[in-house]
Amino acid sequence: MRAPGRWQVATVTAIKRETPRVKSFRFRLPMWMPHLPGQHYDVRLTAPDGYRAQRSYSIASSPLDEGEIELTVDRLDDGEISTYFHDVLEEGDQVELRGPFASYFVWRGESPVLLVGGGSGVVPLMCILRHRRRIMPEVPMRLVYSVREAADVIYADELGAEATLTFTREPPAGWTGHRGRIDEALIGAAAAGTGGGLAFVCGSNGFVESAARLLLDAGFPAAAIRTERFGPTG
Amino acid sequence: MSGFISRGFRGRRRTPEELADRLPPGQYYEPGFPVLTAGPTPDVATDTWTFRIDGMVAEPREWTWAELHELPLEQVPCDIHCVTKWSKLGTSFSGVSLDVLLEAAEPLGAYAMAHSHGGYTTNLAIEDLTGGRAWLATEHEGEPLPREHGGPARLLVPHLYFWKSAKWVAGLRVMDHDEPGFWEANGYHNRGDPWREERYWSD
Repeated sequence: MRAPGRWQVATVTAIKRETPRVKSFRFRLPMWMPHLPGQHYDVRLTAPDGYRAQRSYSIASSPLDEGEIELTVDRLDDGEISTYFHDVLEEGDQVELRGPFASYFVWRGESPVLLVGGGSGVVPLMCILRHRRRIMPEVPMRLVYSVREAADVIYADELGAEATLTFTREPPAGWTGHRGRIDEALIGAAAAGTGGGLAFVCGSNGFVESAARLLLDAGFPAAAIRTERFGPTG
Repeated sequence: MSGFISRGFRGRRRTPEELADRLPPGQYYEPGFPVLTAGPTPDVATDTWTFRIDGMVAEPREWTWAELHELPLEQVPCDIHCVTKWSKLGTSFSGVSLDVLLEAAEPLGAYAMAHSHGGYTTNLAIEDLTGGRAWLATEHEGEPLPREHGGPARLLVPHLYFWKSAKWVAGLRVMDHDEPGFWEANGYHNRGDPWREERYWSD
């Protein structure tokens, strides 16, 4: 049975540590259905006294992984779901999920595509990139990925030639690539590499604001820039 | 419904007790004011700004920024609920009641499509825009509404999930039938009552 939107009890099949504060969790779903890259699932936790908490997490895995999804979760010190995921959840545990949801920040095979991610904003972008590698490797796609330092790079072993990294705080020893925040040169070079098309931007609000501004300046029409923002604005 | 318990989950971000009954199901208490927008933030200048009500109305009406400020400004203390799960409790906006604006145009249809600079749309029943439940807000907590929160003016419909409170709103098109706006066409509920947890199409 397939049922988008109905709560189902999923089982954790694998946990991978990506960085000191980020882990990826693979779930087997009894009512799995294929998602569009960029969609999210809702997670619900229930305490013994009935107290419940819900959050949304982007899907990281390709919809070709039948029956399973991967969620990549950044541990926020004051978060209650992310700390549960990181500190409590083990393989074999069960979690209530429902999805996949939302159909705007999604890739439907458009070409070319420029992905711009800050921090854990790379998660839905990696979903798009992974899916493209498996079904349409000929689609021009570039990823610009901004992180603070080497230890913060999520999916480090999967970032191939289509990814351009920049380190805003401390680049790794011997780094000759970009450093500092994303700028006109970085976005311009990546945009030239894909040749227009659609841009997907995900990260904190501040990151998305500046990336969207740079994309507009690089000639992307506003309607070709899809954004997803997270976190408080301070 | 289900008797499912999350192993080892106790909950640590519980709402302050005095606020607990103001939090709809599935929402959590957020002291900040997060920003959620589907695209770049538009820059809307007040000297060219207008708000227009047209479509199925007795008389299409349009207000400039100066004309809007001749109308009574109401203070609106409210709680706001975002479909992404956060709720901001005990905040306040100031704006002109939609009752005043709609009365001037006299809607002949029961539905409206709000449309914004930047292309965003959201659909609302006239019933949800009247009766002292909706405003054209120009201030937040006593300050001009910041651009990232929809300034210079946004809809404020606090009894529905906050995507209905269209940022950078440019006008309302009154219709004799309902049709989905931007998020309503992209998987989110047509009405969005947070107390009924109307988040997605399937809810």
